[in-house]
Formats: sequence, C-alpha cells, structure tokens
Amino acid sequence: MTIMLSKKEKALIKEIWERLTPVAENIGSEALHRMFASYPGTKTYFSHLDISPGSSHLYSHGKKIVLAIAEGAKDISQLTVALAPLQTLHAYQLRIDPTNFKLLSHCMLVTLACYLGEEFTPVAHAAMDKFLSAFAAVLAEKYR
Amino acid sequence: MVEWTEQERTIITTIFSNLDYEDVGPKALARCLIVYPWTQRYFASFGNLYNAEAIKTNPNIAAHGTKVLHGLDRAVKNLDNIKATYAELSVLHSEKLHVDPDNFKLLADCLTIVIAAKLGSAFTPETQAAFQKFLAVVVSALGRQYH
Repeated sequence: MTIMLSKKEKALIKEIWERLTPVAENIGSEALHRMFASYPGTKTYFSHLDISPGSSHLYSHGKKIVLAIAEGAKDISQLTVALAPLQTLHAYQLRIDPTNFKLLSHCMLVTLACYLGEEFTPVAHAAMDKFLSAFAAVLAEKYR
Repeated sequence: MVEWTEQERTIITTIFSNLDYEDVGPKALARCLIVYPWTQRYFASFGNLYNAEAIKTNPNIAAHGTKVLHGLDRAVKNLDNIKATYAELSVLHSEKLHVDPDNFKLLADCLTIVIAAKLGSAFTPETQAAFQKFLAVVVSALGRQYH
C-alpha cells in the first residue's frame, strides 16, 4: 500500500489527532451521528447498540474509533502493522461493506471542519482525506 | 419527484440566505482543485494553479466559484423542479465542457466542508443531512442529460 503524504502532511495529521485525543468521544460520536443522519443505511450495522444521539454507546464507540485513528496517525508508515488486529476484526467478524468507510470518513472530515473552522485549510483537508482513505484501505485489506 | 419536508426546505433556504456567495463560492472551488487535483484538468486555461496558494488567489477561479454558487441559487429557488431547471446546464456540462459527472460530487463535498467550517456547531447532523440531500439532487440533475 502506497500513500503519497509528504513529511509536512504526516506531521500535520499527527498533530491534529493528538489535539483531538482528549475529546475523542465528542469527535467520534459526532462523526457517527452525522453518518447515521445522512446515510441511514449505515445504522444497520448497529442494531446491537443504542445509537440515539447522546447515548453512552455512541460516545464509547465514537471514542474507540477516534483513538484507533489517532494511534494510526502517530506513525503512518506503520499503518499496516498498527491495524493488523483491526483488519482481522473487520474482515472476519464485523464484515462492514467497505463503501461505508468512505461515508464515515466524509462525516469525520465534516466534524473536523465544524470543530477546527478556518484552521481546516484546503491543505489540511487534502492531507486528512488521503490519510483516512489509506486507513480505510488498510482496514479492508484482509477482506478477500 | 423529490419530496422535501418543511424542515428540509427551511434548512436549505436559510443556509443560502446567510451565505456570502463571493466568499463561499471561490473557497469551495479552490478547495476542490486542491483536495482533488485531477479536477484541475478542466481549468487549464485559468492561469497559475501550481500550488495551493496560487489556486486560492487565482482571480479566474474565484470568479468561477462565485458563478457556480449563483447557479446553485437557481436550484434553491426551484426546489420542486431542479431537474428541469438544470436541463440546459446539464447539456452544457456534457456537450460543451465535457465534465465527468463524478466531479460534481467532489465539488459538492468540498462545498459541504466549507459551509461546515463556517457554521461550526450550527451545522448540525440534521442540517448536514438536508444540505447533502439537496446537493445530491443537484448533482443528479446535472448528470441527467449526459448520454
């Protein structure tokens, strides 16, 4: 898997996720909430949880996702190594159709835009979009 | 026929009535050219697109971004008739401009991000859903006359 991220872009991505780690559950739950609101089909993967706005399940699940992304951002060159357990989980247990990764990534970008405002510059947006695409691609690597 | 709830109509018209087209249009188009550089293929005659700064300060891009947003305005004013409203524009983008319709979605996503950055927490998940529904209808209408 190749990803075209410059040193600057990797540093930018790492810095942003570091900053968001303390509010992981807010960012994560908001991204999920946005995804459920705009793409109702994604809710079908969560029939076992209470995903109503503000629910503790939404917060804890959102937190889990953001922390995993932040962990990957710490050393992007090691993404495949870092995500190995999650690759197995998604391929053999969760089996989420990978098109949904794009939907969550988009809603994550929207959440970041709302949170960071003008600071979410086009350059930061481009870097983040590339990173999340790569993250999703690695996550789906064991599917078949 | 697209069905809009009263709430969706209000959300969409409110967003646009509070928008500065001369600000948001240029920002959205510039962002699209920066985040998805292959879209620059349609703007070869627009001058310097060499890097993010050049794109952001390019007056031709800014003028075009404003034009695009004014074009969206027509859809807002004709929510129940977007397909017919955009028939001519669709033919233009297909026959004359030869724009791959996949690109419409890319610009739509960038516009969403620009507005999210502007509105912050006011761009609630429900607002986002209504706005994206609107853009999806626009994108579909623009691709409708391709053959």
